[in-house]
Amino acid sequence: MSQDAGTEAVLPDGEGVRRRDFINIAAVSAAGVGGVITLLPLISQMAPSADVLAESSTEIDVSAIQPGQAIKAIFRKQPVFVRNLTAKEISEAEAVPVASLRDPQSLKDRTKPGKENWLITMGVCTHLGCVPLGAGEGEVKGEFGGYFCPCHGSTYDTAARIRKGPAPKNLEVPEYAFTSDTVVKIG
Amino acid sequence: MSFPWANEYKPGHPLMQWLDEKLPLPRFVYNAVGAGYPVPRNLNYAWNFGVLAGFCLMIQIVTGVILAMHYAANQGVAFDSVEHIMRDVNWGWMMRYAHANGASAFFVVVYIHIFRGFFYGSYKAPREMIWLLGVVIFLLMMATAFMGYVLPWGQMSFWGAKVITGLFGAIPLVGEPIQQWLLGGFAPDNAALNRFFSLHFLLPFVIVGVVILHIWALHIPGSSNPTGVEVKTESDTVPFHPYYTAKDGFGLGVFLIGYCAMLFFFPNALGHPDNYIPANPMSTPAHIVPEWYFWPFYAILRAFTSNFFFIPAKLMGVLAMFSAILVWFFLPWLDRSPVRSGHFRPTFRKFYYLLVLDTLVLGYCGGAPAAEPYVMISQIAAVYYFAHFLIILPIVSAIERPEPLPFSITEAVLGKDDAATLAPAA
Repeated sequence: MSQDAGTEAVLPDGEGVRRRDFINIAAVSAAGVGGVITLLPLISQMAPSADVLAESSTEIDVSAIQPGQAIKAIFRKQPVFVRNLTAKEISEAEAVPVASLRDPQSLKDRTKPGKENWLITMGVCTHLGCVPLGAGEGEVKGEFGGYFCPCHGSTYDTAARIRKGPAPKNLEVPEYAFTSDTVVKIG
Repeated sequence: MSFPWANEYKPGHPLMQWLDEKLPLPRFVYNAVGAGYPVPRNLNYAWNFGVLAGFCLMIQIVTGVILAMHYAANQGVAFDSVEHIMRDVNWGWMMRYAHANGASAFFVVVYIHIFRGFFYGSYKAPREMIWLLGVVIFLLMMATAFMGYVLPWGQMSFWGAKVITGLFGAIPLVGEPIQQWLLGGFAPDNAALNRFFSLHFLLPFVIVGVVILHIWALHIPGSSNPTGVEVKTESDTVPFHPYYTAKDGFGLGVFLIGYCAMLFFFPNALGHPDNYIPANPMSTPAHIVPEWYFWPFYAILRAFTSNFFFIPAKLMGVLAMFSAILVWFFLPWLDRSPVRSGHFRPTFRKFYYLLVLDTLVLGYCGGAPAAEPYVMISQIAAVYYFAHFLIILPIVSAIERPEPLPFSITEAVLGKDDAATLAPAA
C-alpha cells in the first residue's frame, strides 16, 4: 500500500524533491522553532522578578561613621562594607607596590576622587562567598589590617585587596555614587 | 499485545542495539506510539482527543510546577503571591493564564473524548477497563481542578471551598466531622489551603499514572474505530507513525490556535471577576457558581429542592451529583447492544443527541442563578439524564434493529474487501 503513489511516479527513483518532503520539513521546522521559542518564557521565569530587581539600589547615610569605623549595610540581600579609612590606613594601602598584588589595583582605582577615605566594598569573600570579619566593632581585621575571612583564611588589606589566602580577587567594589556629601547610593 | 503484522523494532545504530539489550525504552516507544502500533486506518478527527488530553496534562504539569515556584500556600500571602506572579515574575502572567485556561482546555478536550466514547460505544467489550480507568481519570481531574481553583484565595476560591466541602456535610451522622476533618477547621483556612496545595501538586502525577494504565489497557485490544468493527487483517490498519502522528500533529496545531487565542486575547473570559477580590469569610459573593466544567453536575446538585421520601434534599442532591458520574462506571453493562458505533444504531443515535442536548441544558442551568425557571428545567433535565443511562439505553439496546455493518474496516473505507469475497471459497 503505497501512500506516495501518484507523486512518486512523476520523478525517477532517488531524484528530485517531492512535495511531501517539503511539507514534512516545513511542518517539523515550524513545530521545532515554536517549541524552542516556548522554552524561553519557561526559562526566563526563573530569573529575578521585577520586585527583586526593584530592590537593587540602596541609599546609605555615612555622616555618623568616624575615621577608623566601618558599617555593614545590605545591598541586594548581601552585606556591603562602608569604611571610613584613617590617614594611616590610606598611606599603608598606597605604600604597597601595585604590581606585586594578586589582583593589581590601587586604592585610587577602588575609591571615588576626593573621597579616597571612603572604602565601599561588598562584604562577600571572593573565594566562596562568606562574610569577612573586620567591619564590625572588635572583629579581627587580619594581618594586613583590612578584612579577614574566617572560612578559609583569605586576608584583605586596608584597600580590601586580597593579600593572602585562597581568594582570587579583591573584595568587589559595587557601582555607587555620592548623591551628597554624606549620602551614598549603591547600585 | 499487538497484531501479528505489527512492524518490529530494529535498532540500526550499534548504540541503539546496545540500549535495546539493556533497556528497551526506544522499542517500548516504537511499539506504543511509533510504527510498531497498528491502528485502524479509518479513525476520524474524534480520535485526536486522547492525544490532545495528554498534551493538556503536560501543559498543566509544566505550567503548574512553574507556578508552584512562585506561589505561597499561606492564607496571609496566597492572594498577593498570585498578584506577584501576575505583575513581577517574568512571564508570570502567561504561566498563570496558560494554567487557568489550560484547565478549561483540558476539560473541553476530555468532554469531547468522553462523548466520542458515548457515540462510538468505545466502552464496550473488550475495552471496558479502558473506559473504567478513563472515568477514574475524570474524577481525579475534577478533584484536582477544584483544589487548584481554591489556591488563589480569592472570593470564589474561598466560597467554592466552603460549598464543595459542605457537600460532605450532607452525609448522615458523620457528615459534619468529615467536613471539619477535610478542612482541618470549621471553615476554609490556612490548614485547608495548605493541604489543597499539597494535593493539587500530587494528583496530576497520580493522573499520569492512571493515564499510563489507560493507554496500556488500550494497547491490548488496540484502538476502536468509527465503524465499531474489529480489526481483522493487516489491510484494516496503518502504523501509528507516521499516519496518526501526522494526523494528531495537525489536530494539535488546530487545538493550539484555539488555546492560544483564549490565552492571549480572552484570558479571563472563563474566570469570575469576584476571584480578584481577596477571600472574605464574612461576605459571600452574590452569584456563586463553580467553573464552567462543573456546571452540569452543579445543576443536578441544585435540582433537589425538597426532601425525597425520607432522604433530606441536601443529601439527595449530593448523591445525585456523584451518581451522575458514577453511573458511567456501569455504562458497559447498561448498553447491551453488540453493535458499538452509533453510525449503525438509528434509535440510539437519536437518544445520544438528546443526551448531548440535555447535558448542555444542565450546563446552562448550572451556570445560571438558582431561581426559576432554571431550577425546574434542571429537575427535568436531571431526570432525563439518569433515565438515559438507566432506562433508555438498556431498552434501546434490547429492541433496536441496527443497520447492516460493513464486513470490515477495509470494506468501509474502500467499498470492497478482497477478504470478504474470497472468504467463502477458502
